[in-house]
Order: sequence, then structure tokens, then C-alpha cells
Amino acid sequence: MSSATVLFATIVIALLVTMVLTLTRALAGPTLFDRLLAVNSFGTKTVLLIAAAGFLAGRPEFLDIALVYALINFIGTVAVLKYFELPDAGSGAYPEDDY
Amino acid sequence: MGDFLVGLLAWPLAALGCLFVVSGAIGLVRLPDLYTRLHAASVTDTGGTLLIAAALLLHAVFTFADPMAAIKLVLIVGFTLFTAPTASHALAKTAMLVGQVPVGADGKPLLDSPEEASRLARSRRAPEGAGDEMPGEPSARGTN
Repeated sequence: MSSATVLFATIVIALLVTMVLTLTRALAGPTLFDRLLAVNSFGTKTVLLIAAAGFLAGRPEFLDIALVYALINFIGTVAVLKYFELPDAGSGAYPEDDY
Repeated sequence: MGDFLVGLLAWPLAALGCLFVVSGAIGLVRLPDLYTRLHAASVTDTGGTLLIAAALLLHAVFTFADPMAAIKLVLIVGFTLFTAPTASHALAKTAMLVGQVPVGADGKPLLDSPEEASRLARSRRAPEGAGDEMPGEPSARGTN
């Protein structure tokens, strides 16, 4: 086993441990924002995990998926938060936004 | 010899990155309130991503000799460096807006009421006496 393989495996294991801890926070709450924070953090770790697992498998093409996941993760978080700031978003209550 | 040098550079980066990521998750689990958890998670997210991606980048360039993988890794890090702080900021601001009151080290709330937190989140100015106003800034800015 080469040094590189051990390195990738170490990163993957560290990330998996991290993701378990993050998930406990997402399940424990207590507020909704704690869960959102945990899910956002989990998403960032997923991006890294996909990248590291791709290298571990010797197929760096997995990075495409990681790239897309990084974008979706951010957009998802901001979309949910926007809903809290403007609970009636999309109802037509903000006609000045309809360009 | 080349492999040895890459390992010599990549191992410390990866080890530090893993330390960041795991300590951030421990902070996320153990710290007492939302804002402290936000600090732990967001700071280590950015740092850990940067370090781990740097270790992977070294291997992408020298072990795999794959320039496309290197470019994608740089893109991922670039996006993360922009989006992670933005998401953290949006999360903190929305939490204030909804009325989550930050708690001090002694367990006492730092603001009087949830309405106070909401009002602060809506205004664009720091509270009076916070001491972080720019010296030459007109104080009447953003009094909506």
C-alpha cells in the first residue's frame, strides 16, 4: 500500500468521524438553526469526502460531482434561510421584486 | 524521490486539515449555544477544506499528473471560500432576526429580549458603545 493510499484513507476516515459528530448535532437540535448549521457543515464535509474517495479509488473524475455538490449545498442553505427572513416570499407581496 | 517529497508536503497538510475538521465537529457538538457553534463550524470548515484540498492538489498534480483534477480542486476551494462564510453570515443574521439571543460566557443573555436581537439584525449599524464604528463614518447612516 502506497503512502498516497494511506493518506487518502486517513482523510476519508477523519471526514467520516466528523460527519457522524455533525449528524448528532443535526439530530439533537435544539433549535432549527442548529440543524441548518449542522446540515450545511455536513454538506461541506460531503464535498471533501467525495473528492478524497475519488482519489482513493484512483478516479479523480469524482471531482465533478464534488463541484456540483458544493454549489447545491450553498444554494440550498441560502434558500431555506431566505424563507425565514421572508415567510411570504413568492406570494406576490413584493411586487417591486418582479422585474 | 518525487513521491517522497510529495508525501512530505502532503502529509502535514492533510493531518492539519483533519485536525481542523474533527475539532470543528467536536466544537459543533459540545459548545453551548448557536453562535458559538457557528463560530466553531464555520472557521474550521473553511480552514479544513483549504488544507485537505491542498493535500489532494499536490497528489493530483504530482501523483496523478491530472491538470483537470487540479483545476477542479482549485474551483472547489474557491467556491467554498466564498460560500461558507456567506452561508454562516446568513445563518447568524437570520437567527438574530428571528430572535435568538446570544449568550455570554457566564450563561447570561447578552441582549435584553428577542425583540432587541431582531431589531439589531434589521438595522445596519452596530449597537451604541460597541466600539467597532469606523472613525470617520457618519453616524446617521442606515437608521431605518
